[in-house]
Amino acid sequence: MTAFWLGVIGFVLVLMSGGLMLGLAFLRRKSPPTFREIPAFRHLQDAIGRAVEDGSRLHVSLGRGGLISPQSASALAGLVGLRRLAALTSASDNPPIASAGDASLAMLSQETLRSVHLTSPVGTAFDPTGGRLTGLTPFSYAAGALPLVGDENVSASLLLGNFGPEAGLLTEAAERQGTFSLAASDSLPAQAILYASAQDPLIGEELFAVGAYLEAGPLHPASLIVQDLLRWLVVVVLLVGFVLKLAGVL
Amino acid sequence: MKLRGLLSTVFAMAFGLLVLLGYFFEVQPFYGLRVVFVEWAVILAGFAVLVGLGNLVTVHIKKIRAREKGSVYGLLLIFALLMTFLAGLAWGPDHPNMVLLFRAVQFPVEASLMALLTVSLAYASIRMLRRRLNLFSIVFLGTVLVVLLGTASLPLLGDVPFLGDWVRPFVSQVIAGAGARGILIGVALGTLTTGLRVLFGADRPYGGK
Repeated sequence: MTAFWLGVIGFVLVLMSGGLMLGLAFLRRKSPPTFREIPAFRHLQDAIGRAVEDGSRLHVSLGRGGLISPQSASALAGLVGLRRLAALTSASDNPPIASAGDASLAMLSQETLRSVHLTSPVGTAFDPTGGRLTGLTPFSYAAGALPLVGDENVSASLLLGNFGPEAGLLTEAAERQGTFSLAASDSLPAQAILYASAQDPLIGEELFAVGAYLEAGPLHPASLIVQDLLRWLVVVVLLVGFVLKLAGVL
Repeated sequence: MKLRGLLSTVFAMAFGLLVLLGYFFEVQPFYGLRVVFVEWAVILAGFAVLVGLGNLVTVHIKKIRAREKGSVYGLLLIFALLMTFLAGLAWGPDHPNMVLLFRAVQFPVEASLMALLTVSLAYASIRMLRRRLNLFSIVFLGTVLVVLLGTASLPLLGDVPFLGDWVRPFVSQVIAGAGARGILIGVALGTLTTGLRVLFGADRPYGGK
């Protein structure tokens, strides 16, 4: 099969996925689907409530996934989480604080916080240092983000994005401060480390479910359903390939 | 403001779609446009580093002015940043002195943090059993122990024959390999739908309601 036809198949798959997402979002707009319960999100709701009540802050670590890198989707998923968390805590005097290990991501985190602040009922001035670049290498990023956990009246640390092993330092800092930590990453080494060190780790592609569980909009639950459908498609293709290989056709 | 948001969304969608077409169809004009747009993005990302450094300095100046806890470290950071920045401008990033600066300061500091992380992780693993004692946690720790014992030589005993030759390769290459591929397929599907949401303008990381 030529590269052109592979491109056509890929593009058609993307178009179909997009069409399905839009269709499902339209059809299910009045009765949103219910997903399996993930305890981490229930704990997160509790942490948001506590933060609003006691005037503390949430710290969202967005990782090091640059927008022009293959890890950009995890960064975008983290930004969706940041936007929603900022909206949910907009009644509080202390908006969430975001740290990033990539400059473009830090700028987008500022823009995200700014756009939520514009709709916020609280009349305080916007603090442009709410979204911060804490370092450009893995461990300098973690070292720069560590003081945020301890010094900024943070009651919950959320790690949403692309991390490496350095994520363990951030969850350890949250543990030492006795604060809640929820962590999700697209990176396999980080997932292994976060499974051991975070209070509530999210595994696999659960990072991309953050928007749906935080009710960020109708396209988020629809995209989860499309992911499930595509997963079944992949399973079928793998099984057919396995059978054809056994039969000697492939 | 509304017009700005609308324009941003329209531009993001149009450029995103053109780049996507350029990836699937390596024919002109899509391929050429994709290359040009990605080059622009790289230049913008490079400029964003300068803006990000400005943000870093602003945060620490604010800390120093407010005499917050740890503001001395902020002062040290600004001083080191300026010195390194000026040295980089004067010598260029590939100059032996800049390489030495990286090897003598940055590299050992990061290596020390990595060493600290191993201790933190050992402690976190024990804490995990207290916090989340279930089958998955036990399997997780059991796998860690098996792979560690199979990888490292033990004092006096040397390599553990059965673990190192058979169990560790089976666990890390077959079981873990299969699981990792499953997770990566899930991540790829999540990446696809996240990208589509940005293309549809449902997720707008560039601001706007």
